[in-house]
Amino acid sequence: MLSTEKIIQRCQTLFEDLNFTYAREWKAADKQRKVVAFMPIYVPREIIHAGNMLPLGVLGGGDQLEVIQGDAYYQSYICRIPRSTIELVLTDRLDFIDGMLFPSICDVIRNLSGMLQMIRPEIYAHYYDMPQNYSEKIGGEFYVNELQELRKALEKVSGHDITDDAIRNSIAVYNENRNLVGKLYRMRAEKPWNIPATEAYLLMRTGMLMPVEEHSQLLLDYMAAVEKAERPKRDNCRIVVSGMFCEQPPLSLIKSLEMSGCYVVDDDFMMINRWPTVDIPTEGDPITNLSTSFLKHSLKTSATYEPNEEDKGLYLVDAVRRSSAEGVIFAAPSFCDPALLERPMLQDALNAAKIPYTAFKYAENSGQMQPIREQAGTFADSIKLWGEQS
Amino acid sequence: MNAVASQKVDLRDARKDNSMLLQKEMIANNFKKLAKVKESGEKVVYTFVPGNINELLMCFDLAGNYPEINSLQSGMRKKTGPYIMEAERNGHSEDVCTYVKSDIGMMRKGNIAPTGDPLPEPDVLLLSYTGCFTFLKWFELLRHEYNCDTIMLHVPYQGDGKITDNMRNYVVKQLKEEVIPKLEKISGVKFDIDRLREYLRQSAQAEDDLVWVLESAQNRPSPIDSYFGAIYYVGPIFSAFRGTKEAVEYYRTLRREIEERVAAGKGPVTPEGEMGEEKYRIVTEGPPNYTHMREFWKMFYDEGAVVVASSYAKVGGVYDFGFRHDPERPLESLAEYCLGCYTNHSLPERVNMLESYMNKYEADGLLINSIKSCNSFSAGQLLMMREVEKRTGKPAAFVETDLVDPRYFSASNVKNRLESYFQMIDQKRRAA
Repeated sequence: MLSTEKIIQRCQTLFEDLNFTYAREWKAADKQRKVVAFMPIYVPREIIHAGNMLPLGVLGGGDQLEVIQGDAYYQSYICRIPRSTIELVLTDRLDFIDGMLFPSICDVIRNLSGMLQMIRPEIYAHYYDMPQNYSEKIGGEFYVNELQELRKALEKVSGHDITDDAIRNSIAVYNENRNLVGKLYRMRAEKPWNIPATEAYLLMRTGMLMPVEEHSQLLLDYMAAVEKAERPKRDNCRIVVSGMFCEQPPLSLIKSLEMSGCYVVDDDFMMINRWPTVDIPTEGDPITNLSTSFLKHSLKTSATYEPNEEDKGLYLVDAVRRSSAEGVIFAAPSFCDPALLERPMLQDALNAAKIPYTAFKYAENSGQMQPIREQAGTFADSIKLWGEQS
Repeated sequence: MNAVASQKVDLRDARKDNSMLLQKEMIANNFKKLAKVKESGEKVVYTFVPGNINELLMCFDLAGNYPEINSLQSGMRKKTGPYIMEAERNGHSEDVCTYVKSDIGMMRKGNIAPTGDPLPEPDVLLLSYTGCFTFLKWFELLRHEYNCDTIMLHVPYQGDGKITDNMRNYVVKQLKEEVIPKLEKISGVKFDIDRLREYLRQSAQAEDDLVWVLESAQNRPSPIDSYFGAIYYVGPIFSAFRGTKEAVEYYRTLRREIEERVAAGKGPVTPEGEMGEEKYRIVTEGPPNYTHMREFWKMFYDEGAVVVASSYAKVGGVYDFGFRHDPERPLESLAEYCLGCYTNHSLPERVNMLESYMNKYEADGLLINSIKSCNSFSAGQLLMMREVEKRTGKPAAFVETDLVDPRYFSASNVKNRLESYFQMIDQKRRAA
């Protein structure tokens, strides 16, 4: 049986490889294979998978990529993920992809779709618009048609039909993966000392980089290894982190949170791994099923519209309750419109629920962790010292 | 007179032609109308400029309040600095849109309109989610403050550079099945499609005249400034007046005025009077800065630079490529209007549009005013600039300011950049 160390070492190697060698090799192994990249936060990977294509999550260049050309494309007041993504494109690190999807998360990612259309016209670059109207007969009808259009476009990329049966099969494969991810999150919430935040992060991140079947096996191996080896429990406080759903923090930042005395018991890293929240039916019309699941069982996020004021922010309160957390750390990338515009409303919801929080910003290449460690440490101490009195 | 209303404003001594005065009066009257809704009994809708469906709102006798207009009007009156800081003190990030923060700060400081009139609370927020992600959060934030009815009209983005049937049908369906029934319920007024058709007919008339005015900039000298001047011209049609008889009359007046200027071979009217010799013809991309607009404009007209076309004059509707509101297809044409607003176009389409302006208006160059607050406009502008330069062979330049945050207007930097840019155009001319 593989140890957690070995599994995480493999994840770290994949995570650090900015040439995406594993995905390149996967594609090179069979001439029929294609790779379709996507950006946060959600795309229907099932349709890509059903076309014998690898959905490849691109989440910027992290803190190991020196951004030179990318900075020439963006003003200083725009977040870092688009500039490092452009850098990946211009330095040919993504020269093997056949398509790229840009979900409707914010205007920067939206406009990046048009930039790729101009810079690399040979690649299928598509802005993927998700409905903000959640009625099945209105938003649903629009979305089913959009999904069918996407399917047609991906058929062109793959070079063959994407059948209903193939999509049903892919739905089943992704249902299994989501269930395993859900199990891992529950295990971590129960015993966070056994699943450090950095390990959970790397496992989730690896799911962006390899075929889903392999990722599911990796999760199974990891959870089996975790159950065999109890790790020492520290007197940390339990926190939920919020705001890291798009531009990624450096791994050292996540590590710093734990070192400062916080167990991360829930997060919004790579939300696509848990989206939708229940199994998508494998019977019936698969496109309708994908659509209905999106409308009715999506994760709530600041990138989508909340139609009911009374429900605003409750997703975060629920995450705290579900994971028995003691507080929330808002960690948003600088200049991130969705996270930063949402935050005052989330903070009000936490205030109403008497849940403590703290907030800071980061960039994917943030280097100084000491201030963050101090802030998170002070927050953890305040919860430990005064949490039950408030 | 209250303290806010008595504050001095930058443009108080500015030279204005009749259409500008008329426009100012129309906007001021709308604020007065809003201030009197308690007496009139009118219900109040807050909505956005891009993708606004003013004709439909008028069918329900709703008084329209436009938070963006409030912010920019407050900016021109130097009121937004304290508003923005008020919002930041209340937890709103320094990184996000200053229109939003100005609006929230204004509300927290008593919700007094830029003109000094009190603003009523909304009965309904109509979130026309068109071409700007921030809109979505903005109205969630306002709903959070006012706890009133909110209607979402999701307008899909033209990511692949075209309006598809699916997009149009989606918007129409939302109008039919959600927006109209909810507005009927809130207003108590039954929807009358013939009333809508009449308003749309009037919209189209005003749009014809607006396009004529904007296209008059093809003359040499251009009789208008299509950026600083056009901000006045588009005010009524981008807000509570599109579809009204007043707007038809306003654009008829404006057109007559510009016709006279063309006949007389005159250039634009600036705040300091008639503009001198036209030396540079510029196309601009991006919104203006409102806190120092007169100062910014002066940097152009002092150098003999006139803006002959701007993307900003299309932010509340793109009419110069043929679109008109159509009374024969009322809801479909409202949907196409929403889908066609400038920032709802893909980046390649925006580049095509700017290139066509460069050619059509025989411009000497492209100037991008990149706005810190506005990612919808700003993200990708450096690539757009290079692409337009490459296609047209004309020089382009880039300045950075903000919409209404006075902390982000550095006059000396902008002036230096502009002067260098005009020199560059001269050099290019000499080399040609």
